[in-house]
Amino acid sequence: MTRTPDKIVRVAGGQGFWGDWLDAPRRQVEGGPVDYLMLDYLAEVTMSILQKQKERDPNMGYARDFIGAMESVLPAVTERGVKVIANAGGVNPVACAHAVLAVARSHCAEGTLKIGVVTGDDLLPRLDELLAQGHALTHMETGEPLSTVRDRVLSANAYIGSAPIVEALARGANVVVTGRSTDTALTMAPLRYEFGWGADEWDKLAAGIIAGHIIECGAQCSGGNCLYDWRNIPDLANIGYPIVEARADGTFTIVKHPNTGGRINVPSVSEQCVYEMGDPNSYITPDVVADFTTIHLAGDGENRVRVFGIKGRPATDKLKVSIAYRAGFKAVGTLVYAWPDALEKAQLADRVLRERLDNMGLTFDALLTEFVGVSATHGPLSNAPTDPPEVQLRVGVRSPDRKTVERFTREIAPLVLNGPPSVTGFAGGRPKVEEIVAYWPALVDKRVVQTNVEVLA
Amino acid sequence: MKVRLLDLAHARSGDKGDTANVGVIALKPEWYPFIAEQLTLDRVRQHFKGLITGDVERYELPNLNALNFLLHGALDGGGTLSLKTDAQGKVFSTALLRMVLDVPDDRAATLGFPSADE
Repeated sequence: MTRTPDKIVRVAGGQGFWGDWLDAPRRQVEGGPVDYLMLDYLAEVTMSILQKQKERDPNMGYARDFIGAMESVLPAVTERGVKVIANAGGVNPVACAHAVLAVARSHCAEGTLKIGVVTGDDLLPRLDELLAQGHALTHMETGEPLSTVRDRVLSANAYIGSAPIVEALARGANVVVTGRSTDTALTMAPLRYEFGWGADEWDKLAAGIIAGHIIECGAQCSGGNCLYDWRNIPDLANIGYPIVEARADGTFTIVKHPNTGGRINVPSVSEQCVYEMGDPNSYITPDVVADFTTIHLAGDGENRVRVFGIKGRPATDKLKVSIAYRAGFKAVGTLVYAWPDALEKAQLADRVLRERLDNMGLTFDALLTEFVGVSATHGPLSNAPTDPPEVQLRVGVRSPDRKTVERFTREIAPLVLNGPPSVTGFAGGRPKVEEIVAYWPALVDKRVVQTNVEVLA
Repeated sequence: MKVRLLDLAHARSGDKGDTANVGVIALKPEWYPFIAEQLTLDRVRQHFKGLITGDVERYELPNLNALNFLLHGALDGGGTLSLKTDAQGKVFSTALLRMVLDVPDDRAATLGFPSADE
């Protein structure tokens, strides 16, 4: 709101995906001063999982971990004024907000929590209307029109930007719940709100987006999954999640709370900068096109990295749409073969299995064999071990037909008694058949997506 | 002499659909020009031959002493479709670092490279 030059706004990252460390949100609000707690719950396929839950129960369809997280940070929110921004709403942000309010009622006075709910990203009810209007929603990689899978679509959500979150904050919300907003908008929006950045201050908006990119995967910028000098990263058990200390000019510093583990340095932040990157010159978001080739990093004391120099360009007139559709079934079976000649035994078991599948006339869209411990992750690039103590045979199949995949799952266990010797590790039982919900990225004209903000108390 | 890329750079990889990206970052800023010169599009295409079905794209980020490679058709369909252990391309990063580079002895000495034989 104000442009005091030395004003600092602290946005703490507390979740990098749905399933991240349950204790991180509480640690972020209790470990030192923060103004905002940012929680990112949505990965590409999360929306479809939530859509399936909503089909079973119309009150579900959001990231339930968020309710527990809110409970753990309520004192900080109500007593110290920390604000929470989360895309935990999934395909049902309104139900998510009501669930938070229900928890708040048992802990604090009525009206202390004002929840801004952002909707409008859900395009599923409008999908046929959009297709009829000529929005083909073609697959961004394959170029296929959505009509090829239309009857199997489970969810369709536009990635929305920072504007509705800024509006919710301006209307007094201390918790903002969104559906499919971009991960980066969750960090950029509070900065834009606090510093009053205009919708065309491209460099500052880009800086806010890159701040968001750096902390949206939680501890992955503060020593988690960090290859650089990994042996010497201290106290991972007590790892500190990242915090952005932002200034009005668009520069910021990545820090973590004192007395936490992990490490923030130029290499750890650099690794996160390149994570899931496409063309670094054009990181396209609904708000701005950020240029990752303008990011400058500098160490600024222990566990502090200063980020500056970031440039941005005007946003495009499109929004990305995340569509999920049913794409058949898969199953993965594993068995472990022991020394001596572990690899040869696993290879023979694979040949026997394939011959039996052939004999039954079963065909699959995909049939993949990996030898874990030998070549599963790096394929022909790895130097195969000469005398491994054990090798895991891992066979996966994919088919549009559930029965075909089910039949495959019955062919793994028999190998224990009627295949090669020295086999173990089948305690998990028959492999599980999973329905595949696949991801269909598309673009849509920005003007067809109208967001809406409601503030509940 | 021969130098392991693992001794010159660190890396992180991730996914977008059926594409894996590998960001590779020089361990020392003064090593970045050598890495950028050696890790050509052709070299990286050759390296991943047989492991990916599509082409490779290459981008430079001298500001981070980094290169970014997009490996198309790397993930057996990607995301939930993939049957691979590494369905999300998390360890293509270290697969790239398996590369071994030839470097003239005097240049290696000037740049202070650790030898692969050590």
